[in-house]
Order: sequence, then structure tokens, then C-alpha cells
Amino acid sequence: MTFIAKPKIHRGAVRNELGLTRRDYEGGMSTLCAGCGHDSVTAAIVQACFELALPPHTVAKLSGIGCSSKTTAYFVSGAHGFNSVHGRMPAIAAGAIAANRRLRYIGVSGDGDSLSIGLGQLGHAVRRNIDMLYMLENNGVYGLTKGQFSASADVGSKSKKGERNDHEPIDPVLLALSLGATFVARSFSGDKEQLVPLIKAGLSHRGFALIDVLSPCVTFNDHEGSTKSYAYVREHLQIPVAADYVESRREITVDYGEGDSVSVEMHDGAHIVLRKIDKSYEPTNRARALAYVQEHAQRNEYVTGLIYVGTYRRDFHERHNTPEEPLNSVPYGKLCPGSGGLSEVLARYR
Amino acid sequence: MSHGEPPPAAGAPQPMSPTDTRDPDYFHQVVDCQWACPAHTDVPEYIRLIAQGRYSDAYLVNRESNVFPGILGRVCDRPCEPACRRGRVEDKPVAICRLKRVAADLRDDITDRLPRPPARKNGRRVACIGAGPASLTVANDLAPLGYEVVVFEQYAQAGGLMRTNIPAFRLPAQVLDEEIGYVVDMGVDLRLGTPVESMRGLLEQGFDAVFVGTGAPRGKDLLLPGREAGRIHIGIQWLESLAFGHVDKIGQRVLIIGVGNTAMDCCRSALRLGASEVRVMARKPRQFFKASAWELEDAEEESVHIMVNHAPKAFVSEGGRLAGMLFDRLEYEMDGDRILGQRVAGEVFIPADDVILAIGQDNAFPWIERDIGIEFAPSGMPAVDKVTHQSTRPGVFFGGDAAFGPKNIIWAVAHGHEAAISIHRHCCGEPLAERPPRGVNLQSRKMGMHEWSYKNDYNPVERRLVPHVSLKERFRKLDIEVELGFDAEQAAAEVQRCLNCDIQTVFEARLCIECDACIDICPTDCLTITRNGPEAELSGRLKAPRRNPGQQLYVSGPLKQTGRVMVKDEDLCVHCGLCAERCPTNAWDMQKSWIEIPHAEDDDRCRIPNALRRA
Repeated sequence: MTFIAKPKIHRGAVRNELGLTRRDYEGGMSTLCAGCGHDSVTAAIVQACFELALPPHTVAKLSGIGCSSKTTAYFVSGAHGFNSVHGRMPAIAAGAIAANRRLRYIGVSGDGDSLSIGLGQLGHAVRRNIDMLYMLENNGVYGLTKGQFSASADVGSKSKKGERNDHEPIDPVLLALSLGATFVARSFSGDKEQLVPLIKAGLSHRGFALIDVLSPCVTFNDHEGSTKSYAYVREHLQIPVAADYVESRREITVDYGEGDSVSVEMHDGAHIVLRKIDKSYEPTNRARALAYVQEHAQRNEYVTGLIYVGTYRRDFHERHNTPEEPLNSVPYGKLCPGSGGLSEVLARYR
Repeated sequence: MSHGEPPPAAGAPQPMSPTDTRDPDYFHQVVDCQWACPAHTDVPEYIRLIAQGRYSDAYLVNRESNVFPGILGRVCDRPCEPACRRGRVEDKPVAICRLKRVAADLRDDITDRLPRPPARKNGRRVACIGAGPASLTVANDLAPLGYEVVVFEQYAQAGGLMRTNIPAFRLPAQVLDEEIGYVVDMGVDLRLGTPVESMRGLLEQGFDAVFVGTGAPRGKDLLLPGREAGRIHIGIQWLESLAFGHVDKIGQRVLIIGVGNTAMDCCRSALRLGASEVRVMARKPRQFFKASAWELEDAEEESVHIMVNHAPKAFVSEGGRLAGMLFDRLEYEMDGDRILGQRVAGEVFIPADDVILAIGQDNAFPWIERDIGIEFAPSGMPAVDKVTHQSTRPGVFFGGDAAFGPKNIIWAVAHGHEAAISIHRHCCGEPLAERPPRGVNLQSRKMGMHEWSYKNDYNPVERRLVPHVSLKERFRKLDIEVELGFDAEQAAAEVQRCLNCDIQTVFEARLCIECDACIDICPTDCLTITRNGPEAELSGRLKAPRRNPGQQLYVSGPLKQTGRVMVKDEDLCVHCGLCAERCPTNAWDMQKSWIEIPHAEDDDRCRIPNALRRA
């Protein structure tokens, strides 16, 4: 961490459509270890929100407990925020989303918060298809408690002290694919060229969008023998497809080769153009995507990029017929039927 | 994570080579103020010393390079300030010049820390002609090495133009006396009231070297109809007469012709002699004025009227007495700051009791015979080597305004240092063109985790204003110094504006794990990790657009994990140190760069043969 605040120097800064600079999308001073991947993920979120020109007050950021969950304090300080108990961020998110569907929800969690204590919560958030971007900052260790293996640590991976992990890892990408998620991506904190368009696409996606970000723990998991170190991840990346995010107000000007790319329209009119690097890859085929990720995992390779983007599946709002207006703007009399109304409801069950 | 770039075609521009930080000029250029200063004063270092309250130390750091901190802290032309990095972050640069004065004003007695004349002389004699800043610098550098330095001065007081051309309300006499005294007290033989009338005669006296530092003493005249009238003065001569008390009054209405710094000194002096209507007449629009912005400001504050677009046409006399001047009123056709054409729009008569001409200065060497091997160009300027300052006669050197025409004090000091090196080498029989090398020394400022031995917080405080004596008070006497200088408290705020450009970001490629921490934290986006390429192409891929190609790019060697390179745009960096603070592997470090600018005493290869000839 650092004790020196990042000075505000605006001279020459680029401004977005709202007249805001990128620095206006930053948050408080990070207290994470210097070199933590999570700080890069934060910077990517800041960049994406700036480029999308999101009004800060239309964003809600949610998190649980852990190093990753601290990071919501470090971006978009003008946004709404909720820091929940450990592993319970999806439940809080579901409640907030039900109450106000007009905000953009960014959940930030980690491998401990999402794959250990909060595994059930994550699974059901995917199933319910709640409308949020779920960023899972995945480093394979419990950093806050000094480096025990987490549920995403690979078999054979070594701890800083040299211990070997014997437990099977949980892969959030495979989990989300098998539970029906319609936007599943994996990226690396050290590759913003890939990560920023994915965050923008995830924010445009209707329904649940998962981005599993390999985000090395520089203090407890960046050594020889780790499978989540900067060096190991860089050596074992497999990128079958590159995603370009094209905003609705812009035309697709790049000439993509026939058959080499797939264009997917998002619900807000933006497009994601998927350029195939591996010609055989089909990013819109769930079964093929699952198989591809599993095959490469067996070869100790991390598949990154927009792994699967699916056809629309009814989201939480459609299934539950949530009101268009935020609940805080619904008149109290309508929101709460009063004791008379309650008696009527109860009478139905007598 | 290679994105599959095709290899460059044969003959294409080559990728950038890693920056050589051992090249003394590399980090020197990053310290913009020091690079811009002709004498290369270590500005950030002395500002830091002021911040620590070490005024005497700050003074001595200054003195080492510019010799006259108290004088220059008042009247320097400040080439450092337009270069200051702070001026790229906000509107105004650090008040470098006035901080120099703080060091001089608040220092203790430093006489026992100055070099003393050695007990034994080295047997070599050097003559310096003119006791101005250039000659005094030569004396300052050579006297401690054992040279017998004789300075010849035509007037009864030393200082040259600093004494005669700069009025006392800008530069008090006691400041001059004190700092000239430091040099003279090193055992310099100062001969006042001794003009040199013949170079041949001087050379016959057997000096081992002669240095000409006689300035540009001849003010330009304006030969227009009616010039024969009285009460038309040449600016620098008039200022000289004023300095020595030969002039003590002037008419009510005064016209100053010209709008350089001499004009500013003339108009403000005229006010102090009792003139009530002082006009400065400029031929061109304001953006072409030669005077420094702050001197214009001070003059206008004192109600001097500056009139633009008036070209002098004739002096007008009535009844044998100067009545005023005729001017052509000009109209310019402009394209931004360029003049495309001009036309005369009318004629104006402006009444005046006195006219002062301040339209430039020329060199004059009537006392140098033309047949003694010292060649002159048709323009009247001596042929002088730009590096060694030697004329076409070995052993005769020129510096200051005498060498290349009018510049300013800080240039004269820089010339003096270089000429001193040449004289030393000349007396040791070493080739003059080989100069003692510059050096750079880097020293880490890291004390521990998040501990740095300098104050690196970026402080958003704005430039402090220097307090002035009130308009009512300042005209009561001719020598009331108008600027009061910063007090300790104001200085303490101003020093925090310095960005510590001498604390360099030094990168060690083999330690970098490409975690992006530095890239993410940099407040100005001056860092980029990207694949290497030719400079023009690489410049287009930086995180923040490259605004100033005059500033360097710091390029690392290939990084371990991806083979990409770290690139830093030196133009944008504010030296906040956050990259080093955030770096988990110490690949970035903050290191103080000491730029070693050699003076005569540092020339290790120079040894005077038979040095102890005359004890």
C-alpha cells in the first residue's frame, strides 16, 4: 500500500461526453499491497466507466469480504455502494436490483468470497440471472489471512512456504457455464487491452455477466510453483477470441473478415465483435465452450477472453415482473397496503 | 501475451534502444531548470535546502555555479522559470529566482566556508579586463588554484554593468559590495580606476593569460533629424551617470525610446528623479517587447505609460530647446504572432523635456590593436571560440557581453566558468578543446518501506506573490529597494511547489514483473508498457498522448516476462514518486541525480608545471 495520495493533476486530461476525466471515476486510496492485481482490475473498471461515460450516481457497487471486496472503495467514489458480510454479496445485490432496476450493478468478489463461503450465493445468482456484472478477482489464496490455499488453487500448486495443494479447484467459468449464464468471460489483471472491453460489454449485458479475472497476489502467490503468479499466468494464457466493444452510437468501421468474426448485439444497442484467433472456436456455443475450457485446463492452460455469450434468457426482472420505477419513488400507500390490505391478503389463506 | 506482430521490414526504422542513464545529459535534461540555466545551478537541491531552513547551505549550492546568488536572486533574467516543470502542470512556474534571493537574504555569515587564497601561489598571472560578472567569475575560479589574478576596472567601483546599469532600487549597492567582496577577498588584485588603454601594452606585461570581460558598453544612438538638440540621453550612459551620482534631476515629461529591460530601468529611474509623465515608446505590438514580463509589470504598476506601434521620426526643438518627438503611428497586419505587413496610419507629436534612448548596446574595442593577432569580424565582434572562449591569439580569452554581444549576467557567469577552465588548461599546456567531462551520480532516496528521504508529496499551493514597498513609499529616495523578497514563511510555502525534478525515477528492467501497479497509480499517465518500436511509431502508442517531442522518452530494456518495454514520457512526469512507492519489486526507485558540472578546480588532468616556482 502507499501513504501518498495520488495528486489530482487535470491539465491536458481527456474528457468524456459528460465532461468528466478518467480521474473523476477513481475512488479512495488503495490500501492493498503494492503490485496487487486487484489494483489493476480497479484501474480497468475506472477506465471502462470513463469510456462509457456512466454518470457516477447511476452505478451501484457491491462486495463481500476479502482483499477483492475492499476494492469497491477504490473506484467511482460518486457511486452507490454496499459492503456486505462474507459471501453474501449476491443476496444483497438481488435485493437492490429488485428494488431499483435503473442502476448499473457492479459486484466485486474474490475466490474466497465467491467459491468458498459464498459458493451457494454465487450459484443462485447465476441461476436467477440477476442483472449485474460480477467481477471475480481470482488469485488462488486467502491473502487477508496470510496465504492459505483457496478453493480455486490448482492441484499441485505450491504455497509460498512450499506446501502442495491436493484439492480439486473450482473453476467459476465452468460453474457459470453449467448453470446457464449468458455472459461468461475470463481475463487477466495484467492485460487491460482485453479486460476493459470485457467490462464494458459486461455492463451492457442484460442478465448476469461473470468475468473471472486472474489477479495475482503479489505477496502470497507470486512465487515459483504457483499457478496464479504473473509469470505463470502469462506463460499459460490461451486466447481463442478477442472481443471489441462497439458502442451503440458508433458505427462498426473495422472490416472484419467473413467467418472470422461474430457480432453480438447487446440489449442497449451496443455490439461486441468477437474476432476469432482460434478459427475452430465458437463463442456462442455453450457445449463447445465448456469442452474447450476443460480441454485446455487439462493442459494447464487458462482460456481467456469472452468465452461464451449466449442468446437472451429471461432475466430476473422479467421473471418476477419487477416495477420499472425504483421502489423509493413508488408512493408509500402503494408500496405498503396498510393493515387493511394485510387483512385482505391473510383472508385469502383462511 | 504476444499479439502476433509482424517482424519489421528490412531497412525500416529501428526500435528504440534502452536509455543510457549514465549519460550525464540524460537526467540533466529532466531537471528542466538546471538544464535551462547557462551556469547549470542545481535549483531543486537548493530549494530543498531552503525548505529545510538551511539557507547558508542553499546559498553555497547556488554560489558554486552562479557565484552571485544575492545579485542574481534580484535581477537574473531567469531562463529557468519558463522551463520549470511546474509551469507545465499549472500556469505559473516555481518562483525560482526569488527563492535564490531568500537563500541570500536569510543566510548566516558564510565567509569562513569560502575558498581562501592558497598560502603559495602557482606562479601564473592572469589579467582580467573589466570588473563585471564574467571577469569576477574567472577570478573566483582561478584565485583559489593559486593564480595571481589582476582585475583592471576603469571606474572607481567594481561590478561592471551590474553596478552601472541596474538601478539601486532593484539591486542595492551593499548586496553588490558583499558578493564582489567574497571574490576579491580570495586574494584577487583589483585595480580600480585603471582603464586598460592598450592591449598591446598589457600583453607586454607578461601575463600568462588575458581575459576580456568588458561588456557591451556602447549604447546605440538614434540618428534622426533634430538629433543635435540637447537633453537627449543614451540609456546605459545615463544610468551610469545616475549610478555614480552625476545626474540628479530630469524634466517633468520624459520619453523612453525602446522597450527592453534597459528601457524599464530608465523609465523607473526617471520617475524617481521627479518626472511626472513618463512614456515608453514601442515600435511594435506588445508581444514583441524585449523586456521581461515582470519588469514591464513593475513599470506599469508605477504608472509608466507604454505606447505601442509608434516609430520615432524626428526630434523637435523650439527656440533651441527640445520640445518633443515626432512619431509615425503604425498599423500592423498580423497573423497570430507574425507580422505580415505594416503601414503608416498617421503622424503624432509627443511633447517631452527629456528623451532617453534605450534601443540596444554595441561592443566597442578601440583599445585592442588590430595587429596583435586578435581577429575581429567586420561587425566589430572578436572571433571567439564558442566552447573555449579563446580568441585567435592563444592566451587571450573573451567572455560575457564582450564575447558574443549583449546577453545577461547569468550568461556572463557561465562564460567566466568556461573561460577559467580554458585558462587553467592553457597554463598547464593541455589542449583547450578537450573539456573536463561532465558526470552524473545517482543515489537512492529510499529509506525503507514507504519512507523516502525527501518530501515527495505533490503540493497544490499556487505561486506566492513577492511583496513590494508601497507605491507611496518607494519614490521617497532613489535607492529604496522595491521588492522586499519572501520572508521565511512565504518561502516555506513556495518551496513546496518545486516538483523535485532532480529526484529521478530510475527503472531496473530485470526486476519488473509487469504487474502494472506503476501504470495504474501514475497521476499523469506518463508510463506505458508496450512492445518496442521506432520512436515515431512508439510515440503514438503511449497511454497519454505525447505533447512535447522536445522532451525525452525513457525506454527500458526488454522486460523479462513479455519482452515488452517500459516507456516513460519525461515531459509529463511530476516526480511524485508513486511509481516507486507502488512498485512491489523495487524495479522503480527514486534516486537523486547529482549532475557534475566541472569547473576549473575539477579539472583533474591539469597540473601547473613547476607549480611552486614562486612561493
